[in-house]
Amino acid sequence: MTSTTQDPAAAQVATTQVYQIFVKATPEAIWDAITKPEFTARYFYGARVETTAEVGGPFRYHAADGQSLWGDERVLESDAPRRLVTTWRSLYDEEAAQEPASRVSWEIEPQGEEYCKLTVVHDQLERSPKTARSVYGPGWMFVLSGLKTVLETGQSLT
Amino acid sequence: MVTYSGRVDDDGDAVFKALADPTRRFLLDRLFERDGRTLTELETELDMTRFGVMKHLKVLEEAGLVVTRRSGREKLHYLNPVPIRLIHDRWIDKFTERRVSALVDLKKELEEPP
Repeated sequence: MTSTTQDPAAAQVATTQVYQIFVKATPEAIWDAITKPEFTARYFYGARVETTAEVGGPFRYHAADGQSLWGDERVLESDAPRRLVTTWRSLYDEEAAQEPASRVSWEIEPQGEEYCKLTVVHDQLERSPKTARSVYGPGWMFVLSGLKTVLETGQSLT
Repeated sequence: MVTYSGRVDDDGDAVFKALADPTRRFLLDRLFERDGRTLTELETELDMTRFGVMKHLKVLEEAGLVVTRRSGREKLHYLNPVPIRLIHDRWIDKFTERRVSALVDLKKELEEPP
């Protein structure tokens, strides 16, 4: 068995990325945290979401400055408060914004009374390597640990 | 301050235990290189029985470091980096912050007129 030093740039960035976290909150609270701007503003790099969470409807992220859009997407599937699937483009990055849309699925599974398992699957990234790199690892981890902190403590991570 | 619940315990016991084994770290490194692998693929990288690899993957799954998803007939293993991030928030940030603030205090003290 050999141990090699990991260079993130050298590693092949996954075209299906999975992130999972346990959150002490109800499925409804987590659903609100994903679909309501007053919540996303506190953990999604200040961005405010705009959506009715209805299939075919818009799913936009308004940048913190209120001027630009970080995401101008569509809702693909919606089953409140369990599952929300949207398209994804990284509009905040000029080069990544040119790539085809990928897909983000939010899955909320209650684990008993107290808490839920929240899984984010970002896939269909085969033709969007720049997008894959821009969201990989720290990007989604920051969002998920921020969402957890907001719901559990009422405080923002930063 | 982040609080933890369920399998993500206060001090990250399950994560530290999972990381305390070289075979499990090796498996995480392989998934870091290429995510979404089957047990059979992972097994070929190790000089170990299928059962042994399964046992290690189960520990990683229980610690939340590996998440499995079904794709057709296959069960794929994905690296979930979030628990490591939480450990980082809980342990690393705290201590680096203290060291920095100690230096800031020292600087203040040295620069203040006696």
